[in-house]
Order: sequence, then structure tokens, then C-alpha cells
Amino acid sequence: MAETSVESVSAQANQGVKGNFRWVVRHPIWAFVVIIFLFFSLMTDTFFSLGNFENILVQTSTLGLIALGMTIVMINGNIDLSVGAVVALAASLTVDIMGWPMFESWGNWQILPAVAAGLASGVLLGALNGLIVWKTGVDAFIVTLGAMLGVRGLVFVYTGEQSFFAMNFAYSDFGASRFLGLPTLAWIFLVFTLLIHILLSRTVHGSNTYAVGDNREAAVNAGIRVGPHMMVNFMIVGFFAALAGITLSTQMGASTPNLGRDYELWVITATVLGGTKLTGGAGNIIGTFGGVLAIGILRNGMNLMQVPAFYVLVTLGVILIAVLFLDKQLNRKGDGELRI
Amino acid sequence: MAGFVERMRNGDIKSLIARNGIFVAFVAFMIAFGIGSDRFLTFDNLESVVRSSAMIGIMALGVTIVVISGNLDLSVGSMLSFGTVMVVNLHDKIGPGPAILVMMICVLLLGAVNGFLIGFVRLNSLIVTLGMLSAIQGLTLIYSGGKNVDVNPSTQDTTWFRVFGRGEVAGIDMPIIIFFALASFVGFIIAFTPYGRRVYAVGGNPTAAVFSGIRRNRVVFSTYIVSAFCVGIASIILGSRVMGSQNNVGQGYELLVLASVILGGTSLLGGSGSILKTVIGVLILGFIQNGLLLLGYPYFAQWIVTWIVIILAVWLDVAAKRGRLLSPIA
Repeated sequence: MAETSVESVSAQANQGVKGNFRWVVRHPIWAFVVIIFLFFSLMTDTFFSLGNFENILVQTSTLGLIALGMTIVMINGNIDLSVGAVVALAASLTVDIMGWPMFESWGNWQILPAVAAGLASGVLLGALNGLIVWKTGVDAFIVTLGAMLGVRGLVFVYTGEQSFFAMNFAYSDFGASRFLGLPTLAWIFLVFTLLIHILLSRTVHGSNTYAVGDNREAAVNAGIRVGPHMMVNFMIVGFFAALAGITLSTQMGASTPNLGRDYELWVITATVLGGTKLTGGAGNIIGTFGGVLAIGILRNGMNLMQVPAFYVLVTLGVILIAVLFLDKQLNRKGDGELRI
Repeated sequence: MAGFVERMRNGDIKSLIARNGIFVAFVAFMIAFGIGSDRFLTFDNLESVVRSSAMIGIMALGVTIVVISGNLDLSVGSMLSFGTVMVVNLHDKIGPGPAILVMMICVLLLGAVNGFLIGFVRLNSLIVTLGMLSAIQGLTLIYSGGKNVDVNPSTQDTTWFRVFGRGEVAGIDMPIIIFFALASFVGFIIAFTPYGRRVYAVGGNPTAAVFSGIRRNRVVFSTYIVSAFCVGIASIILGSRVMGSQNNVGQGYELLVLASVILGGTSLLGGSGSILKTVIGVLILGFIQNGLLLLGYPYFAQWIVTWIVIILAVWLDVAAKRGRLLSPIA
């Protein structure tokens, strides 16, 4: 009797350890986040402070917001390369529309239609991408690669290759404002992270997202309308890209037509670091959040250690490949052919 | 025979045109621009367009082979920055010949890293080359210390290194000659040699390729070597033409190159595509840019047109293969 209970306890403990280990295996990026967190805390005097953590959250919020949307689209088995251009479009539209003469008498309310237009541009372009992917059956990689070039062209044509400055200072004050003890931008990031986590893990739309990415045929047979479903997800990532563009321009109080260049690559890096598969069907927001934090901590910490930005690029590249390698070793399932 | 004629009448011609839509589009564009602007179809203009497309074109040759074998290479832009900075920087230090040699070796090594990770370790090519994009950009900045490099102005006009970018043979600019020579060479290899067939086989059906005795790992490895070699050649031309280089000169090229490869009709799924089509894709992009400028549109309007052209081109291709215009997805 006594023996069995001891055995069961040790078995339980064993399972607990295994469970924890499995959590690390499922989210290897969090092990990495903890390691670099400890490393920079020990190596610099300035890293371990509440103010700096807030900094990291605000600095990565732009990347992080888009990564949330990218995670959904990638779980779907698609990809969106046009997010960087949408960042620039939304920022330019918002900052420009705010200054239109027709809103001159609106006071601070002039920000409202501007932000609405900025967000709408992202959602609309997402809908356009999604519609093309749905109706033509052309790979999302190609559709959004085209959109990446085209939307950037739109931005340059619209802005006349000029930067816009926000004349309403309430707009740039918002970027520096605080709410309940945290920067507002950090709140926006955290709240949306939670929302998308709930969307993916607790709703029908979320389980459909995994189903479509895992096996499109089966999803169709199960009665999911795959086309509209994918379109909604493209609209979500478009929304987040636009939102990121707007938060970025509140931080600068301005927009430039080159804003968000290369963001698509950074966002994909963060998402893949978080364990989302390009093949679809796998990934989650906890991992993506870890991936975003990893990039944020690495950039911030190496900056504090006064390492030139060049080395951050090399480190990130190496880590991205290392994570992919680890993931392959840890989650070996036969000889899976990874394909886009 | 009757059946054949019947088939040709009933849609194989349509399918043939749809599958080779890129040629039709190319001719249509040339005619439209030719009518729209009397300067478009002059020798000088055509030459300058082909010359400015030559660099993207040379990189696209290597990327085409990578894509035919079923992978992607996003690191070519960073690699171009790296190669150009290196060859320009070394030019004054060790002379043009050794500079080219050292640069080519370094670039081929980077290609070998790509090829090893993707071919032998079998990691996803998109992510590996994305990582390499970032890493090589960092390496370039570390190498140059963040400063732009240039060839000593006093030797710029005398060094034989200038031949590659500024030279002429029989009145035709050197970059064009190198582009077409390399395109013919690579095109011949890929279309008419056993090696080329192995590349198509690996991209078309990897499992079948392995069962028929093709060493898939080596073939994939070799495609990245070819890609790196093409980038090296492009670096020499760029360095020689500009006689200097910024650290991020190749930034964004990876996706432009990929866009022209896709525009040519090479499928991202691998196993299909050709060098000729890629050359046409590259030229279409160049001529769209030039034609729109001559017609008086703003510079960036070309990107909007490119957006539409890419999607239409691939859509036609996909639609021809499945025999219906719209996707059957619900």
C-alpha cells in the first residue's frame, strides 16, 4: 500500500517534470528568452529595471502587433509579405488625413476619422489579399509579394515621396502617454495579445484556423467555408499592420513613405522563432509572444551592452536557424517535407 | 492525328497561349509602350533598360534554379551587398584580380552554408535564407564598419576592373553581354544536361527523385552554389559600374528578384520553369518601369503595375493548369 502510493507520487512527480520539459519542448523560445533575460540582467546594470522592461514592451509592440496577425495567417498555411507596406500606408494616411482642412474645426476629434481611415486601409488591403487568394487560388506568398511592391508604390505615389508631420500634438502625446502605470502602447500590445490568444484557443474561428492549416481538404469536408475564413484572417493581419503603423507614427509624430520596410521579414522571424510552422496547422500566441520578446530583449540588451547593431543582425540570423534546427530535432515526426 | 488536331482546336491552343502568356504579355507591353512613346523603341533606350535589368537578371538566373528545385533563396540581396562591398574594398588593397577571387570564394562559402543547411540538414529554405539575409547583412556591416566603401578615385578610370560594369564590346555594354552569356550557359545546363534534369526531378517530386537514385541533398546543395555564383558575378558588375558601394545596396533585391522569377512563370512549388522565361520576366519588369516613366507616370507607379501583372500572370498560369478560371475553394 505504502509502496504503491510512493510509486504513484514519484510517477506524478516524474510526469510533472516531463510536463514541464514538454512545455519547454513546445516553446523552446521561452527557454531562450529566460536565458538572454538572465544574461543581460547579469551583464549590464541598466537592463534589469522596470523602466527598461517598459521600454522593451513599447519598442517591440509594433513588431508584436503584426506578429499576432501573422501567426493566425501562418497557422492557416498562408503568409503575408505586404505588412510592411501596409504599415507605411496606414501611418501616412492617418497623419495626412488628420491635417485635412475639413477636420480643422474638430479639435482633437480630428484624430478619430484619421485613425479610422488608417485602420480601414489595412483591413481593406487584407480583404483584397484574402479575396485574391480565395478566388484565384494563387499562393498567398505570391499574392502578398505582389501587394508588398504595389502597396509600397501606392504609398510613394500618395505621399509624393514626402514625410508627413502630425500637427496635432495630442497624437504624438498619445504615443508617450501612460495608463494604469504602463505605457499605453504596451497596454495595446498586451491586450491584443490576450484577445488573439483567446480567439485562437477558445473560439470556433480559432479551431477552424488550425483545421484549415492542418488539412484544407478535411476542413472543406467538415463544412468550413475555407475561402471566407482565410479572407477574415487576412483582414485581421491587415488590421494589425495598420494599427502598428499608427502606433509607430504616434511615437514619431510623423510618417515616412519608407516606414515599415523589411518589417515583413522581422515579423516572420518573430513568428517562426515562436514555433509557428510555415506549413500551417501549428503555432500559438504564447510562442509568438516569446519570439517577439526574444527579438526585443536581444536588441535592447545588446544595445545596452554597446554592441554595434551589426552583431544583433548576425545573432538574430543565427538564432533563427538554430531554433529551426532545434525544432526539427525535438519534434521529429518522420521525414516531414517542409514546403511553402 | 485527327484527335490531335481536334485537341489543338478545342482548347489546347488556349492552354498553350495561357501557359506561355508571359510571351504574349511581353509583346503586348512592347507594342503598347512603342505606340505610347516614340523614344521607347530606340536602340539606346532598349540597351539602357536591358543594362539596368542585367544585375537583377543575373541574380534571377541562380534563384530560378533554386526555385525549380523546390526551394527559395531570400539571401541574395544581402549577399549582393556583401559581395559588392568586399570586392570594392579589396580592390585598392590587393588589386582587382585577387579581390574578385577572394570575394567569389567568400560568397560561394555563404552559398555553401545555405546549401548545407537546406540540402543536407534539410531545414526549411525560406527560414534558413531569411536568417542568412539578416546574418549576411550584419556581416557586411561588420566588415565595412558601417562605412560606405569606394575605389580610390585616381584609379577608377585606369583599373581594368572597370571593364565589367563600364566596358563595351562591339557597341554593346558589358553587363548585357555577361547577362546573356550567363543566361545561355545556365539555360543550356538546366535544359539539356543530366544535371538539369536532376534539378527538375528533385523539385517536381523529391520522393520519386530519391527512389530513382538521384542524390537529392547534393542537387539542392549545388543549386545554392549556382545561386551564390550568380550573385558574385552581379556583385562584380555592380562594384565595377559604381566603383563604390553602400552597405545596404542589395536591400530588398531578394523579393524583386523573386518577383521577376515568378513573373516568368516558374512555380514556387518547384519542378517547372525555365531560364528563358525568367529572362523574359526580368525584361518585362525593366520595360514596365522604363515605359511608364517615358509615358510620364511617377516612378513608383511601376510597382503598382507590377503588383497587377504578377498576380495576373500567375493567375493565368494556375487557371490554365486547373482548366478553370476561379479556384474551386468554397
